[in-house]
Amino acid sequence: MTDHDHHDHHHHDHDHHHHDHSELSAMDARVRALETILVAKGYVDPAALDVLIETYETKVGPHNGARVVARSWVDPAYRARLLADATAAVAELGFAGRQGEHLVAVENTPDTHNMVVCTLCSCYPWPVLGLPPVWYKSAPYRAKAVRDPRGVLADFGVSLPAGKAIKVWDSTAEIRYLVVPERPVGTDGWDEARLAGLVSRDSMIGTGLARSPEATA
Amino acid sequence: MTYVTQADLGGRLGLGPVKPERDEPLFHAPWEARALALTLAMGATGSWNIDQSRAAREQQPGYLGMSYYEVWTGGLERLVTDRGLVTEADLAAGRAVDPAKPLPRVLTADNVPAVLARGGPTEREATHPARFAVGNRVTTATMPEPQGHTRLPRYVQGKTGTVTHLHGVHVFADVNATGAGEAPEWLYTVRFDGRELFGAEGDPASSVSVDAWDSYLSPA
Repeated sequence: MTDHDHHDHHHHDHDHHHHDHSELSAMDARVRALETILVAKGYVDPAALDVLIETYETKVGPHNGARVVARSWVDPAYRARLLADATAAVAELGFAGRQGEHLVAVENTPDTHNMVVCTLCSCYPWPVLGLPPVWYKSAPYRAKAVRDPRGVLADFGVSLPAGKAIKVWDSTAEIRYLVVPERPVGTDGWDEARLAGLVSRDSMIGTGLARSPEATA
Repeated sequence: MTYVTQADLGGRLGLGPVKPERDEPLFHAPWEARALALTLAMGATGSWNIDQSRAAREQQPGYLGMSYYEVWTGGLERLVTDRGLVTEADLAAGRAVDPAKPLPRVLTADNVPAVLARGGPTEREATHPARFAVGNRVTTATMPEPQGHTRLPRYVQGKTGTVTHLHGVHVFADVNATGAGEAPEWLYTVRFDGRELFGAEGDPASSVSVDAWDSYLSPA
């Protein structure tokens, strides 16, 4: 999983999205006009806009979080530090900043699954996961995750063993949550880089599990 | 006047299944990337705080029918026009027709990495001990007629749960959103059983935790 295979900013196929082309053109014109005004008034440096976009297209994304999780799977001392103070442990790997100023890591175990939501807006741990996907910000996810987390998992094609507890974390303040998924079986002896390839974005939100070795074979 | 948010969606029924998108692109159109960048760049000018920006977004009447970058765009237009930084005449013309106002600062390209790395930490020095400890039972406030932005969702109002974490003292969103200062308070994580929140429909093996400021809580 790299940043390059889940986005394309020249992407023009909108058929899967709920907007038709006229709405998209209207939004395009509206945002262009706003940018024109803000730049002309000297409020915004156009070069800064390009750097901001490039940062989230190429530098900050779920590959960062996957490195954190993989490290926690191979290094028990790191895992202990991550669970005690995730902000500091994540910073050890060079990840910090906006929308990740106060991080908490929650670990999945044989008894407990964790799921993260922001019912009030779109709070998400940017330094480790990048920008949130559309479904995370959507009304159905925000409504359903707290009431029926098992139903949400079913929407993602995931079923948990009966009786496994689910802890849902609603990000109502500036604390941001990272789920540490369970290490897949059959990965004994794998190194950190190879393990990171099993850590999907959704497994770190809690709407998925880490990939099995068979799934990536 | 009662404050109306369109964004308090936790537990609402009838909104349908979650629809994950296979191979989702980071942006679905180029304007989304520009809307993101404009929002971040204007946020970095210090003209408003993050709670004021959330308040501007969530009060839009058409919220539920909008994509999230539409919500951000509308919020940004509201923030700049409320402060007179952009006028209705500017927006109507699609270009700057009225003069600019001075800003606290402007984000330049060379400053972007440092500004993103710094972020906006909300923890402040504690000047008094916490009122609650881990394991305490607490009941949340009810807000039948909210007077402003709050981060206590309706589905968790008037409910009893258990304090599981103390996070130190943090900028209190409800006051910060009014522009009246940071009013920092102790922040806790409070865990509620699914059945406490949703009755018999609640998942008996699930819990929901929210982060709650001291003002939201009373001893149970």
